[in-house]
Amino acid sequence: MKLPLLDTESSRGFILRRTATTMASTEIARQAGEGARAVPLAGHVGFDSMPDQLVNKSVNHGFCFNILCVGETGLGKSTLMDTLFNTKFEGEPTQHNQPGVTLKSNTYELQESNVRLKLTVVNTVGFGDQINKEDSYKSIVEFIDAQFEAYLQEELKIKRTLHSYHDTRIHACLYFIAPTGHSLKSLDLVTMKKLDSKVNIIPIIAKSDAISKSELAKFKIKITSELVSNGVQIYQFPTDDESVAEINSTMNSHLPFAVVGSTEEVKIGNKMVKARQYPWGTVQVENENHCDFVKLREMLIRVNMEDLREQTHTRHYELYRRCKLEEMGFKDTDPDSKPFSLQETYEAKRNEFMGELQKKEEEMRQMFVQRVKEKEAELKEAEKELHEKFDRLKKLHQDEKKKLEDKRKSLDDELNMFKQKKTAAELLQNQAQQAGGSTTLKRDKERKNFF
Amino acid sequence: MSESAKPHHPIPQAKGEKSHGNDFSYVGIDAILEQMRRKAMKQGFELNIMVVGQSGLGKSTLMNTLFKSKVSRKSAQPNPEERIPKTIEIKSISHDIEEKGVRMKLTVIDTPGFGDQINNENCWQPIMKFINDQYETYLQEEININRKKRIPDSRVHCCIYFIPATGHCLRPLDVEFMRRLSKVVNIVPVIAKADTLTLEERDFFKQTIREELRANGIDVYPQKEFDEDAEDRIINDKIREMIPFAVVGSDQEYQVNGKKILGRKTKWGTIEVENIAHCEFAYLRDLLIRTHMQNIKDITGSIHYETYRVRRLNESNEQQQQQPRIVQANGVAAQHEALTHEM
Repeated sequence: MKLPLLDTESSRGFILRRTATTMASTEIARQAGEGARAVPLAGHVGFDSMPDQLVNKSVNHGFCFNILCVGETGLGKSTLMDTLFNTKFEGEPTQHNQPGVTLKSNTYELQESNVRLKLTVVNTVGFGDQINKEDSYKSIVEFIDAQFEAYLQEELKIKRTLHSYHDTRIHACLYFIAPTGHSLKSLDLVTMKKLDSKVNIIPIIAKSDAISKSELAKFKIKITSELVSNGVQIYQFPTDDESVAEINSTMNSHLPFAVVGSTEEVKIGNKMVKARQYPWGTVQVENENHCDFVKLREMLIRVNMEDLREQTHTRHYELYRRCKLEEMGFKDTDPDSKPFSLQETYEAKRNEFMGELQKKEEEMRQMFVQRVKEKEAELKEAEKELHEKFDRLKKLHQDEKKKLEDKRKSLDDELNMFKQKKTAAELLQNQAQQAGGSTTLKRDKERKNFF
Repeated sequence: MSESAKPHHPIPQAKGEKSHGNDFSYVGIDAILEQMRRKAMKQGFELNIMVVGQSGLGKSTLMNTLFKSKVSRKSAQPNPEERIPKTIEIKSISHDIEEKGVRMKLTVIDTPGFGDQINNENCWQPIMKFINDQYETYLQEEININRKKRIPDSRVHCCIYFIPATGHCLRPLDVEFMRRLSKVVNIVPVIAKADTLTLEERDFFKQTIREELRANGIDVYPQKEFDEDAEDRIINDKIREMIPFAVVGSDQEYQVNGKKILGRKTKWGTIEVENIAHCEFAYLRDLLIRTHMQNIKDITGSIHYETYRVRRLNESNEQQQQQPRIVQANGVAAQHEALTHEM
């Protein structure tokens, strides 16, 4: 049972800088990086595998990336997402029948070689469709804030699981500009201004095959100058790391990217490429002469995905957190006395809020129960009434029946009496006939009297 | 966790049928690995190791051997005096070292005076307090409204505990210390100056130590409950069957078979430090530095620190509820002091 030994390499001289701090047992250790002194490091230690260890851990854990697509209806947002990530994300196009701007978010699990990515694409449905667009940006800002809030809540929990938390904060916002060829719409300016402090904005010109090359250059310049003059901070690709500084700064000058999206393939030469076919020619999506799609993909995914995530966390989220906490009345005063009032007051407020919610819930439940009882009582009353009515009617019916019976009985009695009298009269008649004719008159009289 | 010693840059063409650029089924998601690597190289890494053990067990030498340079406190002082301090001191020394473009800020925290007094009761307290103080500092920074982009990490990632090579069993001091500290920090126990034990004695000693650790419920690194998946468990089980590592330290080089190697030269032979037939230093080094360094830091950050944070926030809640709103400047700190000494 031997652990695999990793190879050792021959030594090389490395510069060692160090400082020494001594403290008694009651002091806290200070980290100081100043006061360098060069001492050679003899031999291979092996911590150069640290980046590998870190990367492996991340691979095991998986990555998460959230893109928000903002743009008017019909600018090809869904198609562009499909093209970027090479998959058909949605089955059917979204229904555009809601009154306001709604945000639809879908999460997908993608895998490429050993990297698992949890991609969330958020679409703005109905953006720019309203007659009055003053409040269009509001639902977008609310959505972004809600994701920050969810993360903040998780971070402030006492028992938290940040390690396995699914981060839904928006890492990149692709702003789709309509290819008018003139300038930005005021809706675009207003929306981007509201979003630039909350999310990394990457403006792109959608459906750019509608613009000619010369118009495109002018359009880009116009857009950039408008953004600058209105103070909109769009995301700049980072230029501080030498390995990517060059490519990033070149790309920065190509913003906004003019893209074309397509999931249909056309045969060009002997290859099948993604393209849009027109009677007058074919626009190839991945041809850099035709559009900037390749640049967008390069920047968004292949070069700066990690930086986008980092900026979201260290800039936008921190700003949100700071504002939120200051709004709630916390300050970083003395480090000793007030640090936890932040945490626990936040929790207390949350608990208070939850308590209120629960109380309201209870109230509603009580009210509901009350109403049910009342209704029940009413129904019971009605039932009783019905029963009573039924009883009454039954009684009436029985009374009637009895009366009828009585009448019938009396009728029967009369009938019997009549029969008796008839038989008696017949008997008498017979007797009278036998007695002679003198009594005929009497009989006639009797007969007359009798009937 | 399988990695190679040389940094490996993932080239898209190497992965199966995907080729960069021309193949339109390749999106480029795996380029994020390269981006992460770049970011990590730029930021550099931090590692804080604490060494605990009686004086004379070779702590400083082992640190020097591990990092192949003079990182111990003795080397930092111009005229080192060999005196045993009256109380336990905590000495922390930071170095910036670099290897193949990877920069690391290494902090070695030494504890001279531990276990050296006649009455060693509560000798773990200053150490516990130090460790908790680091957690406290980190927590304070994390709670700030205006906080730094990267919170400086001074938390102790790993504590190497030196067990003298008696050959019998753990001493009560060892058990007490490890029992308390294994709850707040990753402990890696090592048998110091293991060149005084024969191989059989060594195996017997190790077995006894493992049984005693198990009997006392002491969880040393790598802890069984933090194994992530089956693969991890297999690797870590192998390690768990080898701890504590029997190490020998040396910062002097000798010629053996034409090669210059680190070792200890005696009349009866030369002990090669990096020879696994002689001692287990190489395993310790591999564990700490080459394979499990990230994991050690992760466990410190996501488990030990979180445990501390939960405790701290809960107690602060109760405290706030009991006391009136006006909290004195040292109200919270005083409570905190009381807590750390209870362990």
